[in-house]
Amino acid sequence: MDVNKNSYTLGFAAIMVIIVAALLSIAAIVLKEPQERNVELEKKQNILQSVGVEVSREESETVYYNFIKEELVIDSKGEINEGIAFDVDLAKELKKDISEQNLPLYIAEVDGETKYIIPLRGKGLWGPIWGFIALNEDLNTVYGAIFDHKGETPGLGAEINTGNFQIPFVGKTIFEGIEFISISVIKSAEEDNMHAVNGISGGTITSNGVSDMIKERLERYLPYFENQNPETKIEKEVEIIFSDSTLTDSLTKIQEESYE
Amino acid sequence: MSNKKEALFSKNNKKLISDPLNDNNPITIQVLGICSALAITVQLKPAIVMAISVLFVLSVANVLISLMRHLIPSRIRIIVQLVVIATLVILVDQVLKAYVYDVSKELSVFVGLIITNCIIMGRLEAFGMANGPWKSFLDGLGNSFGYAWILIAVAFFRELLGSGTLFGYPVLEKIGLYNLGYENNGMMILPPMALITVGIIIWIQRIKNKDLVESK
Repeated sequence: MDVNKNSYTLGFAAIMVIIVAALLSIAAIVLKEPQERNVELEKKQNILQSVGVEVSREESETVYYNFIKEELVIDSKGEINEGIAFDVDLAKELKKDISEQNLPLYIAEVDGETKYIIPLRGKGLWGPIWGFIALNEDLNTVYGAIFDHKGETPGLGAEINTGNFQIPFVGKTIFEGIEFISISVIKSAEEDNMHAVNGISGGTITSNGVSDMIKERLERYLPYFENQNPETKIEKEVEIIFSDSTLTDSLTKIQEESYE
Repeated sequence: MSNKKEALFSKNNKKLISDPLNDNNPITIQVLGICSALAITVQLKPAIVMAISVLFVLSVANVLISLMRHLIPSRIRIIVQLVVIATLVILVDQVLKAYVYDVSKELSVFVGLIITNCIIMGRLEAFGMANGPWKSFLDGLGNSFGYAWILIAVAFFRELLGSGTLFGYPVLEKIGLYNLGYENNGMMILPPMALITVGIIIWIQRIKNKDLVESK
């Protein structure tokens, strides 16, 4: 058989492609379920880690609801929408216009205290980076933060998923007075700098990606934070009463009636 | 066929494994697979995971190509080799993702690097296409080991001198070197130092074995 005939070459290529395609499709279909389950469990594990609960991936399923009390979806105005935070795919939301994004928010209870967990997602050097940042009840102080990445360079950018990088976030604040500052990852940050942590040498682009991600994501929640703040809450409610047209209408009606 | 009578581990076959470790090392002598040697030798653990993956892909691909060597049309042989490599790598990655998720996370970034690793294609083209399956398998093993030990040696020095750790364990801190004023060499974790470390290994190897030195 002449293996160098054109027809043979074409035939060989065609058969090879079909066999390989079939093989890979079967593998993808058969393995899809365990793969997705791993991703889901890891997300739960990461959420728990951000509030300092260390469990194995398998345990995270059962422990999850012991700590996570509410899963909210918030809109850009800070109002609570219908939906479950866990089902929101942040990668898809980020492609939407800012005003149309659904913002997931997890409310956890750890040692009797309420913690707000905000999912993060941004760009590293080679691909997406993501994480969860947990805030204390004051919605200012960081209780914990965890980060992960798809394909940052091992030993450099990939270090964002290690404790050395994550632990310094604890205790930092995102507000200065009432001004939103966020937390930056910079070179040789002073320990008493409340809005910065140390970056990774050799991983500058990933470090900058983390800074941008935290700032961009937290900014979206500012309207919600304002709504939660008791002082602004009262102001808003007063505003609502005054802007309620039916109420003012009936007030003027009463006034008019009393004049008559 | 003359090799029909040959024992499984004849002298020639043993040479297939031992040669690539030293005199015909894929990295230091054939100068293949340098890119991955630079990229993933910042730490020991990924270097070892990479070495194991290359071991699997190279030996299996070499055997597959060797089995098909009389059927492959010579004009598309490079494409066929690449398809075999890529298929194996993707299969391995999918299985790892489903059943050993942690290892797969460690490996994910290297998958592309395995497909483009010149050692694998180089061996398929130079050896698998011309030799029987058993010899190809040994050749795959030998070259993977040759690749592995260089990778691990480079990673060992880069992690130790660059970060002061081994497998993430702070060795230098434990023996108290920092108290004496020692500092990690940040240069070691940057890619150029991988090249220089490989260069030093090549240098030492040629001092020991003068036959390897090219005549002027």
